[in-house]
Amino acid sequence: MSLKAFHVVFVAVSILLTLVVSSWSFGNYRDGGSARDLAFGIASLLAGAGLAVYGRVFLKKFKNISYL
Amino acid sequence: MEIPYTVKPRPDTGLYNAKVGIWLFLASEVMLFGAFFSTYILLRVQAPHGFWPEVALGWPHGLLNIPIGTFNTAVLITSSVTVVMAWIALKQNNFARFQKFMAVTVACALGFLLIKTFEYKEKFGHYVIQLADGSRITGHLDVNGKSPLFWTKKNLEESKIETLKVQQDIPNKFRFPVGHAIPEDIHKAHAEGRHHNDREIPVSDIVSLKAFIPSTHPFFAIYFTMTFLHGLHVLGGALVLFYFGFIGTRMWKTSPEQFTNRIEVGGLFWHFVDLVWIFLFPVVYLL
Repeated sequence: MSLKAFHVVFVAVSILLTLVVSSWSFGNYRDGGSARDLAFGIASLLAGAGLAVYGRVFLKKFKNISYL
Repeated sequence: MEIPYTVKPRPDTGLYNAKVGIWLFLASEVMLFGAFFSTYILLRVQAPHGFWPEVALGWPHGLLNIPIGTFNTAVLITSSVTVVMAWIALKQNNFARFQKFMAVTVACALGFLLIKTFEYKEKFGHYVIQLADGSRITGHLDVNGKSPLFWTKKNLEESKIETLKVQQDIPNKFRFPVGHAIPEDIHKAHAEGRHHNDREIPVSDIVSLKAFIPSTHPFFAIYFTMTFLHGLHVLGGALVLFYFGFIGTRMWKTSPEQFTNRIEVGGLFWHFVDLVWIFLFPVVYLL
């Protein structure tokens, strides 16, 4: 597995992390949390969306590099 | 003697040797960190119900700084992006761009370690105090305007202080089990932005005093072991990437392909280190 392939895996796991963090944060907000919890959850979702866009651009731009 | 398969793939594996080597090494690293993650899970599921410090061996919650942990996560994700960009810059024959990305990667690594150091220092100045009435409180000490590190009851006795000033923590909401209402006074204090109560405790009422160090609670033992081991990997990776990026660059002129492969191997290690943190952060800080 090349660095390119590992990077794609890493970005995918990072996106999952942002989803975990946002669901954790929204859960806190639902359980009587503050606006800070809501903002943190939204920021995590946005970070996940940013990573997804980055991953797509990365794959498109460097498709000539091997996965091996 | 020439080292074989540093550039061309070895026919039986289809990869150059260093890549096979780093993946074997990373497999052993997975076992190492896997053992610590398993330890964490076992310690946690076997902890008695209730929360530390109220329950002696209950699992503590809400003691780590989540915004700082989140920031450090972002720093490491950024460094993974830059190390890949450095490798790609070499593939595109752009050495100046490679060095710029390597500089950012190493800066991110040092930034991560610096922040972690401050986080550790905060823990070493944070205490659990067992009182004569059997209760336990947590907070920071105020000894002549300073916050001492690693103090014990012995230091208190030697300092001949009669009354200890303590900034007692107001438990945050994560100390309370899911579904349980947060007491009104605590809710109100947090709404007002208060996170501690100033309190003066007679030293004669203090049974024991311990900083948040590994011997204080199994949580701190596993937290410090895992994060320190991870920190050592960050330091090691940063040193190697710094060497490749700025000291050992002669190979770029003599054997650019082999040099590019070296950076790829360094980048694979760096991604592994970052991936460990991606798992460590939610497990230790959030859950």
